[in-house]
Amino acid sequence: MPDGLDFEQPLLELEAKLAELRADADGAADEIVRTEERLDRLRRRVFAGLTAWQRTQLARHPKRPHTADLVKLLFEDFLELHGDRVFGDDQAIVGGLARFEGRSVVVVGHQKGRETREKIARHFGMPHPEGYRKALRLMEMADRFGKPLVTFIDTPGAYPGIGAEERGQAAAIARNLRVMSSLRIPVIAMVTGEGGSGGALAIGVANRVLMLEYAVYSVITPEGCAAILWNDAGKAPEAAEIMRITPPDLLRLGVIDTIVAEPPGGAHRDWEATAASVRSALRLALDALAQLSPHTLVRERYEKFRRIGAWEEEAAPRPR
Amino acid sequence: MAAWFKRSDDRSPARTVVVTEGLWIKCDSCREIIYRAEVERAGHVCPKCRYAFRISARDRITLLTDRGSFEEREAGLVTADPLNFKDTKRYRDRVRAAREKTGLGEAVVCGLARIGGLPVVLATFDFSFLGGSMGSVAGEKLTRAIELAIDKHLPVVIVSASGGARMQEGILSLMQMAKTAAALQRLAAQGLPYISVLTDPTTGGVTASFAMLGDVILAEPRALIGFAGPRVIAETIRQPLPEGFQRSEFLLEHGQLDAIVERADLRDTLCRLLVFFAAAEA
Repeated sequence: MPDGLDFEQPLLELEAKLAELRADADGAADEIVRTEERLDRLRRRVFAGLTAWQRTQLARHPKRPHTADLVKLLFEDFLELHGDRVFGDDQAIVGGLARFEGRSVVVVGHQKGRETREKIARHFGMPHPEGYRKALRLMEMADRFGKPLVTFIDTPGAYPGIGAEERGQAAAIARNLRVMSSLRIPVIAMVTGEGGSGGALAIGVANRVLMLEYAVYSVITPEGCAAILWNDAGKAPEAAEIMRITPPDLLRLGVIDTIVAEPPGGAHRDWEATAASVRSALRLALDALAQLSPHTLVRERYEKFRRIGAWEEEAAPRPR
Repeated sequence: MAAWFKRSDDRSPARTVVVTEGLWIKCDSCREIIYRAEVERAGHVCPKCRYAFRISARDRITLLTDRGSFEEREAGLVTADPLNFKDTKRYRDRVRAAREKTGLGEAVVCGLARIGGLPVVLATFDFSFLGGSMGSVAGEKLTRAIELAIDKHLPVVIVSASGGARMQEGILSLMQMAKTAAALQRLAAQGLPYISVLTDPTTGGVTASFAMLGDVILAEPRALIGFAGPRVIAETIRQPLPEGFQRSEFLLEHGQLDAIVERADLRDTLCRLLVFFAAAEA
């Protein structure tokens, strides 16, 4: 697959034209300016009208910065720590110790691969139980030493396989949800790409949930939802639309707290600018949470998730 | 073709024992033809393979609690259709139909009860209500039930039968996993026990949250229990699944359960556990 998505093609063509104009020694300056303006207008129009499915494609873009890329750009002195001390080291989740602007933090995130071999080794970012147990180990370590925890969410979901079930996929996710709710440290989660199902939430029970502008977060992948609703994974674009998976919808539903802006054209067009945007959002959140006591951090996190959902109370229970 | 040996493709209604006609039915687990009256006498259990058929929340409550002791709570909590969701049907219509079919307000029924004289907070799923799926109301009911237990200093028993998170409430369903797990953390911090009973089927976001967090986790025989559904796994790995995969016995073998308990013994087992925990507290 070429790097450009369908809806990116007109932009890429115009960019190529602009590059030609700039390369041309006797190119007219006003022509360059006009093309730049056209490109800017077109990009704004395309990105303002993105469908939920197009956003999903952006969230999965092969050149989008992954956890390891963001870690390199955001943190100093990252030391990766491996293994769950029980079974193995799941490469679909990376984690370790890092410094962020002079602060010690523990970092955990899903990791997709980029080359085919790496993608396979990392199970396309779909963790096994040992990945969640590694994450749990690091979370508990952060708690023990009073270091803030920063997580990066980017997974289609937990791995569906025989070994995963044998080794307790459900229990591993469940335990993380429970333990995360009790961490006496600041916890910040950022949805950077795909936030898919319990596999995403297992590192997502945070005081602040931040989300990149073109990331998505959902109960199941649009393909999975379409397969359940219509028995046809090909209807994923329709499913994406009705599931409410985009940052503005999630903000309205109280699931996320902050939308982190991406550079024009999306995170994959400019990693540095993306990292700068993430950096300031992270700093703000860490500064705010640093003011809170361990007790308050636990209570506020509980109340944040306690509130989520929508229901009606009927005046009187129906007679039976 | 007579109705009684026709294998239905529509698993949800076919897998309950509510067959309106015929003296004989087919076991959903071992596929043997069995005498219906015998199944019913055994508490909706297959006499051949011990598979425990799906039963309604009301029947479950009758089965487990002291007669007349169940006091329902939060019965007025109903869905608000937060996403204004419509697939082939409107979500609101699906819920309305489920309410009419089951006579229940939602897929979870919860309240105070006594088991062998000991007071508990009990919550139980009804699989015939939209596959026992967990949306905002189910999550909220479970959380309120756990909070009630904390308030009244009581143990919690949750009987699961669910396909997982409810698609029609999208991300809000997912978040109920975090909410219920967090409530159980608070329960545990109070030194109050939680017994999780897994029945056929318990999958997806329900398994991956409160269902696997019991201090004691019990399951009925041959129940399907897992995170990913078997069809999804088979499609992902493109291999046939091993015999008995994701059944109670498989989970017990892999260390995921404390015990498999026959339906006829479930009430007594709960009672023994409750006595143990009550004694430990004194």
